[in-house]
Amino acid sequence: MSSTLLNTADISRAVSRISHEILERNHGAENIALVGIRTRGVTLSQRLKAKIEEIENVMVDHGVLDITLYRDDLAAGIQKPELKKTDISFGLEGKHIILCDDVLFTGRTIRAAIDALMDFGRPSSVQLAVLIDRGHRELPIRPDYVGKNIPTAKSKRVQVLFDEEDGEDKVIIQEQPN
Amino acid sequence: MLLSTKSILSTKELTKLDIQQILDTAESFKEISTRAIKKVPTLRGKTIINLFFEPSTRTRTSFEIAGKRLSADVINISGSTSSTVKGENLIDTARNLEAMNPDILVVRHQCSGAPALLSQFVNSPIINAGDGSHEHPSQALLDLLTIRSHRGDLEGLKVAIVGDISHSRVARSNIKAMQTMGMKVRVVGPPPLIPVGLERLGVEVSHNLIEAIKDVDVVMILRIQLERQNQGLLSSLREYSNYFCLTSEALAKARDDVLIIHPGPVNRGVEIALDVMEGPRSLILNQVTNGVAIRMALFYLLLGENNANPN
Repeated sequence: MSSTLLNTADISRAVSRISHEILERNHGAENIALVGIRTRGVTLSQRLKAKIEEIENVMVDHGVLDITLYRDDLAAGIQKPELKKTDISFGLEGKHIILCDDVLFTGRTIRAAIDALMDFGRPSSVQLAVLIDRGHRELPIRPDYVGKNIPTAKSKRVQVLFDEEDGEDKVIIQEQPN
Repeated sequence: MLLSTKSILSTKELTKLDIQQILDTAESFKEISTRAIKKVPTLRGKTIINLFFEPSTRTRTSFEIAGKRLSADVINISGSTSSTVKGENLIDTARNLEAMNPDILVVRHQCSGAPALLSQFVNSPIINAGDGSHEHPSQALLDLLTIRSHRGDLEGLKVAIVGDISHSRVARSNIKAMQTMGMKVRVVGPPPLIPVGLERLGVEVSHNLIEAIKDVDVVMILRIQLERQNQGLLSSLREYSNYFCLTSEALAKARDDVLIIHPGPVNRGVEIALDVMEGPRSLILNQVTNGVAIRMALFYLLLGENNANPN
């Protein structure tokens, strides 16, 4: 029913490459900050932070965003997801923000995240890093850094598992359980 | 992830899970009030009506700010400016307001049971913001949030509630909610101000302030409600103060880490001494801050799909 798209080594290589791309594009780690979207985006952002700090030997600001309050489907029939804390304890002014999420799909989460971010200040730029881009965008949003592009049928479900939450690192694709 | 009740009329009908969920959600909402831009778009397009038939600064402002920080439209109606002065009755007022499709009604009324009565005639969820000497559930919830953020867990904590228990809707809401959360409640005050038979509800009764606060985690001081003291239950305020005012001498007998809360407004020097009220153990202003977060959580949770206005 489910097949593996990326294994532990694949994920680790993708994180390394994205870290280098972020540094290349922003000419180093100065003025960049990583912001992860709950839940799996936070893990991705923490791994990128660790990698970037290892490469450049500097500290990089890190924040956590819960986009629940900015969703466009809160009243529209789904159960409310549990609201968790947003934690952005640095100023956004003058910063290049790397927004991190595990899977990019319709783009609606990213729209909500950008809105949420703008309520905290005016960053110099917002860039998007995702581990998986599975297509099917419903909004004009594109990623700046991609671990892997995976064309999928809309009915499939792509799931990123991280050691920190799930006990193992892998990306799987499965039929929607109906 | 939804509450077991459509309206918040009393703490009696809230389960332990409901209360936990409200406190957890409120905990997440606290952060919004510390931002430079204190607003999220969550309840954009929702309408909240504050219907207050009794004077209030704290509670009404708190509900209004909570609604506005979630981007809802908040309308305030107070008793003296409503059509009730023209003789319209409460139910007709509420039905007319409902004809304008609000999403939540927040009601404060001098008569016990008024919000519960209204809930039978209107479809919108109702939040009881204080009814007579019956209940004030959002106050109890913000008290629990304040205690929990200082103690981590509510289970097993001991609380002494001091003052006019008979007339206090805050005490009534708190006793039930605290018992639901596994806390032990003791009430303290002169015999005429303590309802008969409270022991049967598992509440300890004491008439000695010093004895009663010795071993507790939290002391909750109630306001002596001057507007309800014309029944001759107290011989004088001064006598009450002599025995039940929380002074620094009395506080010295309590635990070093005791928390002091008071629902406000405070009669300085009557139920609590000035230095205690402004001292390091007092969380009175902290409660007010938490009140906004609790009311945001209630709005957020009540406006869920299953609770949507069926109109």
